[in-house]
Parts: sequence; structure tokens; C-alpha cells
Amino acid sequence: MIKEIDLYARQKRLAWYLITPSVIVVLAIIAYPTIQVLVNSFLKYKLDEGPQGFVGLSNYAFVLSDPDWWSAVSVTLIFTVVSVVLESVLGLVIAMVANSKFKGRTLLRVAILVPWAIPTVVSSQVWRWMVNDIYGVVNIVLTDLHILPQKIAWLATPATALPVIIAVDVWKATPFMALLLLAGLQLIPKDLYEAGSIDGASKVRQFWAITLPLVTPTLLVALIFRTLDALRVFDIFYVMVGGQGNLATMAVYNQQQLISFLDAGVGSATSVIILIIIMLFVILYTRFSRTSFE
Amino acid sequence: MSTPTKEAATLEVTPSAGEIKKAGNKSTILRVLFYLLVAVIIVFNLFPFVWALLSSFRPSSELFSTQLLPKALTLDHYAAVFKDPRFVNSLFNSVFIAGCTVLIALGLGSVCAYALGRLPFRFKGPVLYLVLTMTMFPTISILPGLFVMLRFLYLFNTRQGLILSYLIFTMPFTIWVMTQYFRSLPKELEEAAYVDGASPFKVFWDILLPLTMPGLVSTGLLAFIAAWNEFLFALTFTVTDTMKTVPVVISQFSGATSFEQPWGSIMAGSMVVTIPLVILVMIFQYRIVEGLTAGAVKG
Repeated sequence: MIKEIDLYARQKRLAWYLITPSVIVVLAIIAYPTIQVLVNSFLKYKLDEGPQGFVGLSNYAFVLSDPDWWSAVSVTLIFTVVSVVLESVLGLVIAMVANSKFKGRTLLRVAILVPWAIPTVVSSQVWRWMVNDIYGVVNIVLTDLHILPQKIAWLATPATALPVIIAVDVWKATPFMALLLLAGLQLIPKDLYEAGSIDGASKVRQFWAITLPLVTPTLLVALIFRTLDALRVFDIFYVMVGGQGNLATMAVYNQQQLISFLDAGVGSATSVIILIIIMLFVILYTRFSRTSFE
Repeated sequence: MSTPTKEAATLEVTPSAGEIKKAGNKSTILRVLFYLLVAVIIVFNLFPFVWALLSSFRPSSELFSTQLLPKALTLDHYAAVFKDPRFVNSLFNSVFIAGCTVLIALGLGSVCAYALGRLPFRFKGPVLYLVLTMTMFPTISILPGLFVMLRFLYLFNTRQGLILSYLIFTMPFTIWVMTQYFRSLPKELEEAAYVDGASPFKVFWDILLPLTMPGLVSTGLLAFIAAWNEFLFALTFTVTDTMKTVPVVISQFSGATSFEQPWGSIMAGSMVVTIPLVILVMIFQYRIVEGLTAGAVKG
């Protein structure tokens, strides 16, 4: 009995020793910069001059009255909604294919992991090459097939650049979606489908009545992950359109405030606004799904 | 892996011989359509990679043709890339930074995960909740704060600075996934050792840690890929060519003029960065899928 209490005390002490280093590191690298961002967002703070004092909400006012910011918000929202919807639908299709038994299943699983593993910067460069206005394979194939009357400079105008960028993201992120959904599909008990078949339910009916409702919890988790990722998209836009003109995202706008304009005050205010927008999405999702993360 | 059970499952869903005869043509058409869908998915996923790979071997004169298979192959672009000190340097930086990040994240994170998964600890719930929140924390939201912090610590434009910033997304992820692994191990394992009088740390080191090796490998691999692919921090926190990582250098490859992009070199460099990852993915595909879905589906 004494020995057991002794063991419990020793386990508790060890737990403290083991957890403390991680907590210190994580607090230092996440909590400290977060506090910095909050404080600096209220300061006039040019990086080349240092902090210049309290300016109230004027950094926030600057961002919220900047048309470039609102353009970035709308670009990001359009990108997020369209790409996440496409990724969910395609992800579900791929997951259902990968979940059925057939020869070459392993090849399929490896194939869908390839786009996921490729660094985003590399995928962006590869696609930039594929949609190159003169030598790109996309233009040549589409004009050869007479789908396009002439070659298009895809990345030159937002109207064609945004769909290309969304295509790259869909290509890259659908595997992640498919893998999560596949794991969700594998949790569905097989006898449900057997019962469905015996009752004479068609495959289509089985999909709506069994597959979709039961995969929804996984789908919601995957949606949250993908939405949060899409809202902070940076790499693809930066590499493919140089973050210039009217195709900047919220993250690109934020990084430019910091690096191009050396303004830590406005940059920090932007960061806080982005965090609030992202948190709104999280609240929306958790309300909608009524699931907690425990 | 578990072939017998898989075959049993196949038998269950395969229609009986009679059914197949009845369905006849219809099922053949369906099967053809199904394999067509599989082919479309595979081509869609692999084509950009294959196209980039082919481009990287095409001679410059032939680079601007669209014949699927190049008439001649050349290693010129690879030679050019490896002669570029910026690229070679960045390759070293990326290996060093991603490697150190993974070692630190696994070293600190796995002991923390053991405590969270296995030991009595009063604030277990809140700490785990915090860790999960942090795995989803948008890095862009602390970019300015991190910038100021790294300058203050004289770590701006250094490899150490990048390693420190990469712990932001690798540590919470490692702790979260490894906690799940530790939790999944059966309790009897340590009880026997405790009866024999082993200390809690000895139990962790000698019994549990070796059992979590597969978990450590997949978590480490995913953390490595995340650090290797990272772009925003690397772009923002480095200035000089000697400190840049591979993604930054690949994004900044440019020709003599801004109109003349060295596509051959860009593709060769891209393949050098990508092929090791693709090989790792092929070898460890089961582990990667396991690690990727561990957090999300159970959470």
C-alpha cells in the first residue's frame, strides 16, 4: 500500500519533469510572439525605427480602410470556398474508390500521396511551367484539340489565374482530404451495407442513407483542417502570381506589410484580424457540427 | 500485412457467381467505368510530377516541345543546378534545419507525450486541449511577433532561428500524435515492470519507448516533410543566400533577364527536392497514412 502511494507520487513528479521542457519551449515560441503581436498592433512600429509609442486603433483603422486588404479578403474567401468544396467532393470520390477492393489499389494509394508530399513551392513552379503562355503543355494540348482558339497567358489576369491557382490547390490538397475520408469510411461497419442490400436498397440509396451520414463527422473534421489551411494560403499565390496586383491573399498582404513596408504595427494588426476571421470560422463549424474536440 | 482478413472481406462483398451471370453486361460496363475512374485519378495525380520529371531531362533545345517522350535525354540541367552554390548551400540548410527540428521535436515531444498519455497529471485535459488548438494555430498570425522576437534574440537570418520557428508547428503535432500512440499501448506492459520495482522513468525508457518506435518513425517523417516544405518563415526570416532553404531558392530561380526563365534548371532543382520525398512516401505509405489520420479521426 505504501509502495503504491510512493509509486503514484513518483509518477506524478516524473510527469512534471517530462512536461515542463515542452511547455516552456511552446510558451516561448507561440505565446510570446502572440503577445508581441497583440501589443505591437497598438503601436506605431516601423521595423527600421523601432517602437514609437501607442497609437490606439489606428493600425486597425488603416487595414480596414485599405481597399487592397478587402481585395485580399475576397480573394481568400473565394479561393477557400471553391477549393474546399471541390476538395471535399473529389476527396470523397477518391476515398470511395480507394475503399473498394480491386487490383492496383496500392498503386492508387501511392499515386494520391505524391501530390501531397511535393513541396507547395515545387508544385506551384511545376504548374507555372505547365500553364506557361507559349510553351506550356496545357496551352498546347488545348489549342491542338481546338478547345481554345489561341494560347492564353493564364497567370496574367485574375479571371484566369485564380482558377489555375485553385486547380493547383485542389491537386495538392485532395489527397489529404481523401485519406482522412478513407479512414472515416473504414470505420463504417460492413454489415450495414449487407443489411441495405438485403432490404433491396440500391447503391445510390446506400450512399445517401449509410455512407454520407456516417462519414459526415470525419468530413467535418477534414473540412475544418482544410478551411483553416486555405484561409492562410500563402505559398501558391506568392510563387504563381508573385503576390502582386489584385491577387494577393490575406497572408500575402500581411507578409508584405511586414517585409515590403517594414511595418510591424500594421502587420501585427493584420495578423490579429486574420486570427479573428479564422476563429469565426472555427466557431461556425463547431456550432454547426455541435461536436467538441475532446 | 493482414492478407487473410482482407481476403475474407473481399469474399463478403463480391457478388455470387449467379448474380454475376444475371447482371452480365451491366457489371462488365460498370467494371470498365470503375477502372477508367481509377486511371483518371492516377493520371491526374501523377501527370504534373511526371511532366516535370521529363522536362528536367529534356535538352534545352527540346524543352519547348510537347512530345510526351523526349527524343534525347540529358543531365545538363542537373549538372547546372549542382554547380550553383546557392542551390547546394540551400540543400544543406534544408537538411540541417529539418533534421534538427525533427530531433528536437521528437526528443522533447515524445517524453511530454509519455507523461500526457501514461502518467497521472492534474492538468492533462487542459494541456491536451491546448496542444490540439496549437496544431491548428495559423502561423501567419504570429509572423510579425516572431520576426521581432528573432531579431531581439539575434537569431534573424540564422539556421537556429528557423529551427526555433519550425518547432511552432512540429512540437504540438508531435505531442498530439505521440500521446495517441502512448495511450493505445496496453496497460499490463508497465504493471508487470512496476511490480518488479522498476522506476517510472525506467519503464518509459526500457519498455514503452521501444514499442512506440513505429509511431516515432511516422511522426518524425511527417514533421520532417512539414519542415522541409515550409516556405513562409524561410522566406521572411532569411535574407542572405547562405541562409536560404531549398523552397526559397527554387521560388527565386531566375534567368539572365526576367523574361527568360531557366525552366530546365527549375524543374531539375524541383525534382532533386521532391524525389527523396516521393521515395519516402512509397516506402512508408502505411505509416504516413496512419500518422496523418491519427489526430484527425480520433479527435
